[in-house]
Amino acid sequence: MTGVLTLSNGQSFKGEWHGDAKEIQGEVVFYTGMTGYEEVVTDPSYKSQIIVFSYPLIGQYGVQTKHIQSKKIQAAGIIVAELYEGPIEKGAMTLASFAEGAGVPILSGVDTRSIIQNVREAGTMQSHLSPDEPLPDVWKPIQTQFFTAEQQDQEITQLGDGQLHIGLVDFHYKSSILEELLKRNCKVSILPYTIPTGKLDALQVDGLLFSNGPGDPAALKAFFSVYRDWAERYPSFGICLGHQVLASAFGANTAKLPYGHRGANHPVTNIKTGRVSMSSQNHSYVVDESSLEQTPLSVLYTNVNDGSVEGLYHPSLPVTTVQFHPEAAPGPAEHLELFDQFISTIQQKKKVKIHA
Amino acid sequence: MPKHQGIKKVLVIGSGAIVIGQAAEFDYSGTQACRALKEEGLHVVLVNNNPATIMTDKTVSDKVYFEPLTVENVAAIIEAERPDGLLATVGGQTGLNLAMALSDAGTLAKYGVALLGTNIASIKQAEDREQFRALMNKLGEPVPSSDIVYSIESALEFAAQIGYPLIVRPAYTLGGFGGGIAQDEETYISLVTQGLSASPIHQCLVEKSIAGYKEIEYEVMRDANGTCITVCNMENMDPVGIHTGDSIVVAPSQTMTDREYHMLRTSSINIIKALGIIGACNVQFALHPETSAYYLIEVNPRVSRSSALASKATGYPIAKIAAKLAVGYSLAELKNPVTGTTFASFEPALDYAVVKIPRWPFDQFQNANRKLGTQMKATGEVMAIERSMEAAFQKAIRSLDIPLDGFRLPALSNLPTNTLEQMAIEADDRRLFVLFELLLRGKSTNDLHNLTAITPYFLFVLKRIVDEWQNLQALTWSSMTPERLLKAKALGFSDQQLAKAWSISPSEIWGQRKSWSLLPAYRVIDTCAAEFRSLTNYFYSTWNGSSDERSGNRKKVAVIGSGPIRIGQGIEFDYCCVHSVLALQNLGYEAVMINNNPETVSTDYEVADALYFEPMTAEDILNVLDFEGITQVIVQFGGQTSLNVAAELEEAGITILGSAVDILDQMEDRDRFYAFLESIGLPSIPSFTANDAAEVPVYAEKLGYPVLLRPSYVIGGKGMTVLHNEQELTKWLKKTDLIFPVLVDHFITGKEVEADILSDGENVWVSAIFEHIEGTGVHSGDSISITPPVSLSPEALDTLSDTARHIAKNMDFKGLFNIQFVYEQEQLYVMEINPRASRTVPISSKVTDVPLVQLATALMLGASFQELEIEKLYNGQPNFTVKAPVFSHIKLPGLSPILSPEMMSTGEVIGSDSNASVAMQKALKGASQQLADLEAGGTIFITEPSLVFIDKTIWQERGFTFCTEASMPFAKWLKTDSKTAYIDLTPDPDKEQASLAAIQRLHVWTRQETVNAFENYVHALHGLTKGVLAK
Repeated sequence: MTGVLTLSNGQSFKGEWHGDAKEIQGEVVFYTGMTGYEEVVTDPSYKSQIIVFSYPLIGQYGVQTKHIQSKKIQAAGIIVAELYEGPIEKGAMTLASFAEGAGVPILSGVDTRSIIQNVREAGTMQSHLSPDEPLPDVWKPIQTQFFTAEQQDQEITQLGDGQLHIGLVDFHYKSSILEELLKRNCKVSILPYTIPTGKLDALQVDGLLFSNGPGDPAALKAFFSVYRDWAERYPSFGICLGHQVLASAFGANTAKLPYGHRGANHPVTNIKTGRVSMSSQNHSYVVDESSLEQTPLSVLYTNVNDGSVEGLYHPSLPVTTVQFHPEAAPGPAEHLELFDQFISTIQQKKKVKIHA
Repeated sequence: MPKHQGIKKVLVIGSGAIVIGQAAEFDYSGTQACRALKEEGLHVVLVNNNPATIMTDKTVSDKVYFEPLTVENVAAIIEAERPDGLLATVGGQTGLNLAMALSDAGTLAKYGVALLGTNIASIKQAEDREQFRALMNKLGEPVPSSDIVYSIESALEFAAQIGYPLIVRPAYTLGGFGGGIAQDEETYISLVTQGLSASPIHQCLVEKSIAGYKEIEYEVMRDANGTCITVCNMENMDPVGIHTGDSIVVAPSQTMTDREYHMLRTSSINIIKALGIIGACNVQFALHPETSAYYLIEVNPRVSRSSALASKATGYPIAKIAAKLAVGYSLAELKNPVTGTTFASFEPALDYAVVKIPRWPFDQFQNANRKLGTQMKATGEVMAIERSMEAAFQKAIRSLDIPLDGFRLPALSNLPTNTLEQMAIEADDRRLFVLFELLLRGKSTNDLHNLTAITPYFLFVLKRIVDEWQNLQALTWSSMTPERLLKAKALGFSDQQLAKAWSISPSEIWGQRKSWSLLPAYRVIDTCAAEFRSLTNYFYSTWNGSSDERSGNRKKVAVIGSGPIRIGQGIEFDYCCVHSVLALQNLGYEAVMINNNPETVSTDYEVADALYFEPMTAEDILNVLDFEGITQVIVQFGGQTSLNVAAELEEAGITILGSAVDILDQMEDRDRFYAFLESIGLPSIPSFTANDAAEVPVYAEKLGYPVLLRPSYVIGGKGMTVLHNEQELTKWLKKTDLIFPVLVDHFITGKEVEADILSDGENVWVSAIFEHIEGTGVHSGDSISITPPVSLSPEALDTLSDTARHIAKNMDFKGLFNIQFVYEQEQLYVMEINPRASRTVPISSKVTDVPLVQLATALMLGASFQELEIEKLYNGQPNFTVKAPVFSHIKLPGLSPILSPEMMSTGEVIGSDSNASVAMQKALKGASQQLADLEAGGTIFITEPSLVFIDKTIWQERGFTFCTEASMPFAKWLKTDSKTAYIDLTPDPDKEQASLAAIQRLHVWTRQETVNAFENYVHALHGLTKGVLAK
């Protein structure tokens, strides 16, 4: 079966359709890492987006449960130049069958580089994926609002049984963030982002990790003052959307990048040390540096290529945020030490508390 | 951080002659480094005695010393030049070893020379296996159980603990020379013995064999600030056990999960940090195919063959950036030169697949041992890029320029399946084709995986090619649709393959494709997978997608490159192509380079205005010309490879600059060539053309023995042989598979002389004239030669120049060609006219100051001879220059080192001086560096009948003694420590003995003239060792 991806600028790209026939609209985004398709398609930050892989050969090592970042494929559609259908490792399943099981279509045999050039030149766009050629009657707007004031699932899940108790504020976290905490012997409470402050305080967590998540941080505007209160009372660490949310909570503005940063090769400079390191990134929105004047926050990391804000710290509070993904998965594992720093900050604070 | 203050003059060490394991990649990295340093305003002094390189061009550095790469020589250069810094990490293992020796000798400290980039302690820590293992243990990086041994006894002790198989790796050797995998004690003892002798410090690492693991490499860079990046990772298709230089390699890795990819990336970075590398570093891993357990195999703290490959595969110029890091820049302050907008501190993202296949010399050396192992044997490599792995493989296969039928090696089709299976297990240079053959015979990927341990992914890729081939054969041309044809093209099938499947002509497919608008697209290698705009014109073709923008639109000319380095077609042709590109640019043209050799300067995207990484077939070239809108090409500089496609290009309407294809054919076809000579009144060598084997002895009888047999259109004298009598001839005809017609020449015994000629058909410039030291019967590439000649009378030289002029005026040819002459007594014969640049062009250009290739290019494009003002450029050739060949026999067991009309050498060095003897000494010293030291004397084994030709006293005065079979049996002599040289001057030397001596790094002399040259050298050695400098 053939299929077509049509961009809202009118360009269309044909390919071979895998999976059940359905019609989808979603923001078209591209990922430039050469490995990591298992992690990418299951990363909740890609929720509802149509992902284009720049690397043309996808699927060579199948999909293994231990690598996936959430229980299902989060992307709405997957676009590849070539989908591998040969032998894979024992115990893995093919990407095609994994996607089919999740009801997510894959379009293969597509001129992905041209799509990326379109997005690069025209900026991020809505796109339409369907087995047939006709254009959609109505272009839906790009979905950016993934949060409501009322969260359906209000349950708090607890994992691990360590000395330190971390609250993971769940904006749809990647499982490797949780894994990094568990690896460091933390007890982790997964907190609904709508959790009332009283209920949070009752948990007596030692610190908060504001997770990654999809879409526009402004969708969580209603909670900014609450989060600021939390961050002023708990050692806090924000990742990706968590970083944007914390920055916003302290008064910063966010803006949308022309076509986002999604890849495993983004250099960032640590302003304090001058060191440059490679980071894994996946974001459309960015904290507007000029708006930081209105906040107590200072820049910790910047992007080497476009100078955008990649991390912040609070000069007097134990609050650190990063736009990139220190948990990697996929991508370079160069920033795992940020988890160690978060933990040691909490430990120091605890010590002070005990001694005080 | 800005560049280091206080560094104004830098000495760069080159890698010397091309040998297996250290080849053109160091011209590429050395040239980049020299240019990068000059860009910083530094005064660059270079020492390298390899004349065929771009890096030794006057314009690349400020001063060049063509000196042997010894501690004494470099110390003398340091004393004279007083450089502030030394860059030793772009000259391969030779450069690194020399820097360590200079540091140990206290030379660097004495003259206050700072080692730029990675410091000595770090280099030692990476190179010395004991120190390295200790550091890895500290870091918790797994290394296979191993032991450092200095003797057979301790090696056996280790074997008793660990068990076989074991790997033997000698310390500080090139391309893993002297090592191997031992399955049993006997092999083990022989490998350790060989390894201890190969290692300059008589040290070997013996380690547990992890053969069968995936072999993965990372190219890592680090700056003084501690910022680290991995430019590229690569996966070897051949599992651990075959040297990476002999492995088929793909980039990026294909079968590693993200977690594995980053596990090894993190490990690479931890290692480079712990070592404190500043610059580039190569890290090799063995990864268990199932458990993700890994071992570290090796770290090379310098640029390497792999870094050249990684640079070409990604567009990231590793050597250039490494040189900048060495003078104090940080990665984050350097721009990524490909995009021009992003920075060097990032990791390239590829959106295509890259395949490298080694090019082995066994098409030429059929008797050498072609089995692959831990010791590298390839002379060169090809690289291909496409958006599907299948197409990349097929492009790489086409690029090899060997006689194939698509992806099939015809010789294998007659072999029984069980023989092929054995060949798949044992792995020689034909393994890829063995796998194809087995798949064609219905073996499954699983069967092949069980035989070879190759990851199923790669076997699946090969199988898709085979399956598609079988599907295509079942179809007919008349039923072909554009969609179906595109599918075949997207899997990499050439028009020629398809034509064969459907028994039609390739031009029919070409024509139909054009009418269907089925043409390849051209994509840019931009380092960033299209994330950022890039205006670099570095292209590859693909049948999967549409074309990128091609910037620039001046009038254009394409230069056809020479493909992979092989015996007889070496780096000199790359030198010529690069100069042609420069000339085109000077003349206001856009120069478009087409080539597929990842090691060379010509495939540096910064050299030409546009670079296309493509196979050198007519179809691939015509597609590029079509895309570019080019109608004029230059084929004179890519050796035989570019010449071989000229006819098809011309047929397709392309103008071959300089001459019509008919002229090229006239010179290449021996019959037509002799007719040409006759027509212009020149004597030709008596000869006949034999159309079948039966005619050969008849003609030989008519001509009288000895006779020379030669096929037409060959590289490096391939298939040429001298036969002395009927018996030899009959024997030879029986064992050789000849393609007729074959030329039977009267074999002339005499003195060979050659020259490169610039001509516009009217005016002629005869460049440096080279006199060959060895007489006829030795390939010009393997003989020592000297320019200007020393034993020819002025009259003889005049006759020669007049003859050259006479020829040029009678050829409708513009550009550069080479004439090989021979004097038999007083009679001058023209043996060969090569209507293209030759091996001597770089030397000739360098010793005369007349840039032959640049001028030839100008002539081809219509410049008048007068405006070139050659007389003004010509320096009068103030010095004598000697070229000496360098062989790689030590890497090629079984290859006979006996000089013959078939070329064997892999490289060359020169020595220059106003005194011819001194020039000779320098050249021979440079050529002997890999061989037994002649300075200290020793024993020479000589076959009894050769004694009469030798003046023993000269040798004895210099501490040599002679052994013959009578005084010490050859086998016993071979076990002595004092052995240095083997001499057999009989007409049919003992091949077996000669080969055994050569593999032990001994001098092997089979010609009287060679012995005489070395006799003079030894005689003068003591005068020379005090550090003679070039003027």
